[in-house]
Amino acid sequence: MSKGKYGVHGGQYIPETLMNAIIELEAAYEHYKNDKDFQDELTELLNEYAGRPSRLYYAKKMTEDLGGAKIYLKREDLNHTGSHKINNVLGQALLAKKMGKTRLIAETGAGQHGVATATAAALMGFECEIFMGKEDTDRQALNVFRMELLGARVHVVTSGTMTLKDAVNETMREWTKRVEDTHYVLGSVMGPHPFPEMVRDFQSVISKEARQQILEKEGKLPNVVIACVGGGSNAMGAFYNFIPDKEVKLIGCEAAGKGVDTALTAATIAKGSLGIFHGMKSYFCQDEFGQIAPVYSISAGLDYPGIGPEHANLHDTKRAEYVAITDDEAVNAFEYLSKTEGIIPAIESAHAIAYAMVLAPKMKKDEIIIVNVSGRGDKDVAAIARYKGENIYE
Amino acid sequence: MSNLQANKISKIFKDNKAFIAFLTAGDPSLDKTEEFILAIEKAGADLVEIGIPFSDPIAEGPVIQEANERALSVGTTTDKIFMMVRRVRQKTAIPLVFLTYINPIFVYGIDRFFKACQESGINGIIIPDLPFEEKGEVLDVAKTYGVDVITLIAPTSKDRIQTLAKEATGFIYLVSSMGVTGVRSEIKTDLKSMIDDIRQVSDTPVAVGFGISDPDQAKAIAKIANGVIVGSAIVKIIAEYGDNASDSLYNYVKSMKKAIS
Repeated sequence: MSKGKYGVHGGQYIPETLMNAIIELEAAYEHYKNDKDFQDELTELLNEYAGRPSRLYYAKKMTEDLGGAKIYLKREDLNHTGSHKINNVLGQALLAKKMGKTRLIAETGAGQHGVATATAAALMGFECEIFMGKEDTDRQALNVFRMELLGARVHVVTSGTMTLKDAVNETMREWTKRVEDTHYVLGSVMGPHPFPEMVRDFQSVISKEARQQILEKEGKLPNVVIACVGGGSNAMGAFYNFIPDKEVKLIGCEAAGKGVDTALTAATIAKGSLGIFHGMKSYFCQDEFGQIAPVYSISAGLDYPGIGPEHANLHDTKRAEYVAITDDEAVNAFEYLSKTEGIIPAIESAHAIAYAMVLAPKMKKDEIIIVNVSGRGDKDVAAIARYKGENIYE
Repeated sequence: MSNLQANKISKIFKDNKAFIAFLTAGDPSLDKTEEFILAIEKAGADLVEIGIPFSDPIAEGPVIQEANERALSVGTTTDKIFMMVRRVRQKTAIPLVFLTYINPIFVYGIDRFFKACQESGINGIIIPDLPFEEKGEVLDVAKTYGVDVITLIAPTSKDRIQTLAKEATGFIYLVSSMGVTGVRSEIKTDLKSMIDDIRQVSDTPVAVGFGISDPDQAKAIAKIANGVIVGSAIVKIIAEYGDNASDSLYNYVKSMKKAIS
């Protein structure tokens, strides 16, 4: 029986070698998700170690400058390790500990998930190995050293397109080699069940807080929630507790790269078709024979040819809308938020900021937008400088 | 010339230790794949597994990953592979089994894919990323077109072994080792006890694959199993000799078949 379905999407399409590990993980998660001690321990870690709850900040200058809807920024960039990734990683690492695992492995794109995993491994005493595409170790060199500083071993992946998708391939291969003592900390709401559900649950703290915070500040729900989408974990976390609030519009921003009409894009909803890859049925950028397409985005974290199955279903059911943001728009938003609010967002998050800049002026002044600032942009400064033609290296 | 009727998979295991050879279609070209299959058959192989290349073969080690890349880089597609299989089928009745990932099948169209398998004379299919729980995706359609969906059993299958074995048809692909495909110097898994487990519930022949490359390993495994599967060692020969691999493939397969006979 196929498990973990979101409409037609989801499932568990993985080699037999991994099936018992996945079944074991599923059973452990089913048990601990309702275990009060586990949840208390996780909340303690999130609050005392990661610095939650994250602020819901009213971006007054941005709001006034754009002249439309009130803009609130959910500040996941202020979390320990600088992004939302820590929410999921602390949850999975704690679960792995309860399961008696001693080693964590993970893929990473921009390096944020790798850094978060290496951090949790250091904190909780796991051996840790991170897989990162060569393309990304080049553009995010500082994060590689950061992971090593935290005690992790970083493997440079040179197969395929040498980006996030290939890092996932390599981490899956590594898991089939050594599964007994090892937990794969998947970084997004993707992969085989139970990962999409589990990662979403761990990230849903974002919308749980944001919903409460906006009600306290404004006494009403937002009109729109915007988040960037690669695999889709920060967006799923930002959307989840608003899904039953039908009046709240949910918008995911994909990476259009050089444009959805070019080959240099990673906009899965705009350009992809139904397929089965990385353990799940969902939408993927691929050719007519099911070969996964090389994708491109300035943002290493959104440079992925698929999207999580729950997003695919939110798209099918029209509960969420997905728009594509180009490199140029994202870089413009990156600079805009830095200059306007003194907040340097991750280039991933800048995709969400960019759409807020399009949308806010068209909305009424008493309407509200929440933008999830999924991470901070320190890691991107040198790359953005190079994009602007400056010869700066880390 | 019309297609030859393919021999049944079960026939190759009758009073015979089967040698199963794997190669990637289109590496280095489909014309050469056709030639290699015939050379391998002539050398005594009992069944040939033909890999349909995939951009992201997650169950494969570096040797077969690179073969996939070489095949795709020369424009190998599923359509062209079916045409190649039709040509092979005019020359040999040896059972032919595809190995590929679920996405190329799903995107081609499951009905269209298995119909083409039947028309071109494919006996079975191995799909490494389609576990028992998701078999429903293809099983009924494959059955309709007479294609066996080969069951994989792994060292980690443990309590699942008998559930998997009970429904197996064609042959059971027993994965010898953890990890991905590739040559190994030593196989540590207790294959004997896994085969005993299987035998309690199923008579389906068991062939062992992953990591086998030399005649001594093959001989040891043939003592406990019905067949031996070799992939990476063959693909390595093709990588080394390219267009001129036929003779080396013939000699290698001949030595392996002799070792298990």
